[in-house]
Amino acid sequence: MSENSCCPPLGNETSCCPPSPAAADVCGSFGKDSAVSAPRLTDDRPGYKLWPFVRGWLDSPAGRIPQIATRLTTADIIGRWQMRWGFGRARYSIAPGLYAIGTPSGDSPVLVTANYKMTFDIVRRDMHDLDAWLLVLDTRGVNVWCAAGKGTFGTDEILRQVRRTALGEVVNHRTLIVPQLGAPGVAAHKVSKACGFKVVYGPIRSRDLPAFLNNNLKVTPAMRRVTFSCSERLVLTPVELVSMWRHILWSMLALFILGGIGPQFFSFSAASTRGSAAVAAGLVGLLTGAVIVPLLLPWLPGRAFAKKGAAAGLAAAVLGALVFVDSLSWLNTLALILTVSAISSWCAMHFTGSSTFTSPSGVEKEMRKAIPGQAAALLIGGLCWLASAF
Amino acid sequence: MPSLRYLENVATLKLNAEKCIGCGMCAEVCPHGVFAIEEGKARLMDRDACIECGACAGNCPVEALTVKAGVGCASAIINGWLTGKQPSCDCGGSC
Repeated sequence: MSENSCCPPLGNETSCCPPSPAAADVCGSFGKDSAVSAPRLTDDRPGYKLWPFVRGWLDSPAGRIPQIATRLTTADIIGRWQMRWGFGRARYSIAPGLYAIGTPSGDSPVLVTANYKMTFDIVRRDMHDLDAWLLVLDTRGVNVWCAAGKGTFGTDEILRQVRRTALGEVVNHRTLIVPQLGAPGVAAHKVSKACGFKVVYGPIRSRDLPAFLNNNLKVTPAMRRVTFSCSERLVLTPVELVSMWRHILWSMLALFILGGIGPQFFSFSAASTRGSAAVAAGLVGLLTGAVIVPLLLPWLPGRAFAKKGAAAGLAAAVLGALVFVDSLSWLNTLALILTVSAISSWCAMHFTGSSTFTSPSGVEKEMRKAIPGQAAALLIGGLCWLASAF
Repeated sequence: MPSLRYLENVATLKLNAEKCIGCGMCAEVCPHGVFAIEEGKARLMDRDACIECGACAGNCPVEALTVKAGVGCASAIINGWLTGKQPSCDCGGSC
């Protein structure tokens, strides 16, 4: 049995949690026409807050199970935008355990997912009008694919939640539908050996779940393939930029200070003019590498992200040099080209972590090659810029 | 649109055809269509598309597949270099 759980899966008499009002006839009221009760004030417990997505409660042989809404509210959508921009991402999670979508019975399918609230929201939205059980694993608020890579979405956690929720008492069948991108953390044969539940890998995208469920759990080849479309790439760019804000601020401060260095030792007017020009160049490199490269990814030359970033940065710098051709000395032009390319290359290289088609061996290989080049370009470019003051 | 392809000849994925029983789990879990099942055995159709996620090896019931699995992320690899540990994404929720 689960030692981490405060509520034993069965037997209300030994439970440390207050018995639910409907506990008296949990077994009798289960099934298609089971009693669904709307949340009431009395559902709150001291120290706990009821999530707004809980529509009611379903009585099952394993206790009351929250029935969740499949329509997202404005608050859910705002929360998703916050995540996309990287605000509060470390604590956007819901409690793991068993949830009910629609009015599932003992024959309804069991879907497994992560406890990142954005993931949970997308799954319940896509399951609109369907009946299913949702087994939410404790992935520490991380999405399925990343958590599977770390092993938190994995065999052990599935076994733990199956036991903790007494899933075997809730459903008559022995099948778990696990998202395909959870497979790096899950060994299907070990799950079935340890708890009797057979793992069926479902589609990659939850929006394919209705078609998959209506088609006898058959997946089409397209549902099995991961994509990385323009919109899928674009949506990942803000969080990259926001995650770098500390580095950006410190770099800006450093550039203003270095910009003031000149023949008269330090000049505040030079700090402001040369400093802001350098900050502008830095931001161009940053935006090129972290936004333009992801957008133009398939069309940029080369396979290595660092190379794509350097190419895009070079193009942006040459464009800038042409626009400001009258005011830039040759030293400044060289500095612009070298530093913008280096920064863009560095930022683009970091987009490998967001991409869906890079391998660790490949990323390590390109980094070993690219980092010395990026460092040299940044150093020489920086020296050119400093020398241009004299 | 040109398809997105990464570096060639870097993936560490290996298939031991002798051990393979042709169950098809690798083809089922692979998100990049690296495998096909032909004449009762798995075959590597597109090894360069492998992202080394480790799903195939972990789900192979007879351990016919090996791959040095990990996260294909520059920040994670730098973390690994700096700490001397396995590359890890655990950088305090910033990635």
